Amino acid sequence: MTSTPTRTEAPIVEVTDLHKSFGSNHVLQGLNTTIQQGEVVCVIGPSGSGKSTFLRCINLLEEPTSGSIKVGGEEVTDPDCDIDAIRRNMGMVFQQFNLFPHLSVLENCTVAQTTVLKRSKEEARAKARENLEKVGLSEKADAYPAQLSGGQQQRVAIARALSMDPQLMLFDEPTSALDPELVGDVLSVMRRLASEGMTMFVVTHEMAFAREVADRVIFLDGGYIVEEGDPHQVIGAPREERTKTFLQRVLDPTHVDPGAEDAAYSKRHEGDATSDNVVKPLDTHGHYGGGAGIG
Amino acid sequence: MSTTATSETPAPVKNKLSPRRRAQRIRWIQYAVLVLVVLALILTVDWKAVHTSFFNAEDIKLTFTSGLGTAVKNTLLYTVGAFVIGLILGTILALMRLSSVGPYRWIATAWIEFFRGLPALLVLLVFGTLSIPFPGLVIPFDPYGTVWLGLGIVASAYMAETIRAGIQAVSKGQVEAARSLGMTAGAATRKVVLPQALRVVIPPLTNELILLIKDSSLVFILGISAGGFELTKYGRDLGNQTASLTPLTVAGLCYLFITLPLSLLVRRMEARQKKER
Ligand SMILES: Nc1ncnc2c1ncn2[C@@H]1O[C@H](COP(=O)(O)OP(=O)(O)OP(=O)(O)O)[C@@H](O)[C@H]1O
Ligand SMILES: [Mg+2]
Repeated sequence: MTSTPTRTEAPIVEVTDLHKSFGSNHVLQGLNTTIQQGEVVCVIGPSGSGKSTFLRCINLLEEPTSGSIKVGGEEVTDPDCDIDAIRRNMGMVFQQFNLFPHLSVLENCTVAQTTVLKRSKEEARAKARENLEKVGLSEKADAYPAQLSGGQQQRVAIARALSMDPQLMLFDEPTSALDPELVGDVLSVMRRLASEGMTMFVVTHEMAFAREVADRVIFLDGGYIVEEGDPHQVIGAPREERTKTFLQRVLDPTHVDPGAEDAAYSKRHEGDATSDNVVKPLDTHGHYGGGAGIG
Repeated sequence: MSTTATSETPAPVKNKLSPRRRAQRIRWIQYAVLVLVVLALILTVDWKAVHTSFFNAEDIKLTFTSGLGTAVKNTLLYTVGAFVIGLILGTILALMRLSSVGPYRWIATAWIEFFRGLPALLVLLVFGTLSIPFPGLVIPFDPYGTVWLGLGIVASAYMAETIRAGIQAVSKGQVEAARSLGMTAGAATRKVVLPQALRVVIPPLTNELILLIKDSSLVFILGISAGGFELTKYGRDLGNQTASLTPLTVAGLCYLFITLPLSLLVRRMEARQKKER
């Protein structure tokens, strides 16, 4: 898993010059990336840097302001595109699980199979059981979401997404809402999924996981891809100052770097121009320009 | 430091009660007043008159035998019909209020504010006398149709707000999860949003049903023939004949017989929902 073999097939996802604004808040400022079949891509970056927005644009839960997103060769921002058909092939796992509380665990995994894929009840149940088995929760099939721990709920959410036989799985900080002792179970399910060849796009704060499982890591900050590449390089030996500062803080939370106070200050006062990103690493203004920082 | 702190605490004053003792004493005074009021009532009320006019055995018998069943049936018919109309209109209005189409929202808002602001009695009166300005207009199932429309339209305004709140109580993440599984907007509404909204909405809608049962008594102002009498009109007419309050008492007990179990049900459901949350 140290290097990605060069692939020749068309990428599953192709993002070109993606912009997204919420009112005057320019959250994504020109992102470019591709995801190949079987690739595991992890997105890291500080809070508010636009990671979730990036992920949600890919299945159009957020409408991009401009730019192009091609999934399986189809342009999702095209009004003629059947977005439901595209979402069918893409599983999504949310930070807050979003299980359907009025349905049992098994029904959570079958409802979309029967309504969207028109599978028979038996077929859908068999598929659901298979995936619950995979996440280690086959004995909870008849329980309701409220009766499960957070970690179990998140694994059900993964099983629910897998039951649609997706080609690509999107994860938005799947372990951030979990108690620390429950994180491991979810990560090991994801690790196994990766080893089975699932294409995965994962927003995460779990650096160890990203380093171990990802084929590629994207560091997002201030709406730009600041650094992108091999996880051991990006996490182990980052080239960009902003990446270094971010990782220092994430990997060693007790470490107080001299710029921390200033950084918090400049984040609150975003109009203040900064010239030195060593001192004020969280400056959200783009010193890197559109599309820069790739490769 | 600790010595200064202890010396500064005020010495307890002898005749000043602690807050707990004072609360206890006030509670006892309240009990005493209550007992006195009850005693005064028991002593001053003319129990014989109460018995003969409210619980006269003969009039009770008469009330039961001169068509109480029909009156109960009519009360239920008026109520259920108005509820169904209110529910259908209310759901449509709620979806209109949440629509992204401006005119739908405006129409729904205008309707809701208009009928919530008017007395149900007035609306019912207007529907009951519509045939005077519009002689050609015939409301079917008279007098039931008139009552269903009048009370149902008023109820729809209240129900629309309840249903809208229920739909909005379902978190955005639920719709996003459904859509990300490839469900269409309609499928997400039917399979995920409405089932959850309905659970939230059933207790307040049952309350609405209770209000409607009582509002069906407003029918007494419409000039309705005896076959269409509901409980209140029936009790009042019979009371006039017998010069007794007993028929109205029986009618009142009939209302309670219907509404109390429903109230209990609502309380149960609300308690269960609170626990689930
Ligand atoms: N629906 C929305 N409406 C308005 N602003 C939004 C919306 N969603 C996100 N934003 C803004 O976009 C920016 C990026 O948000 P996003 O959730 O993508 O960040 P993130 O990197 O996922 O952060 P976190 O690590 O905290 O999840 C934030 O400033 C946020 O306030
Ligand atoms: Mg996020």
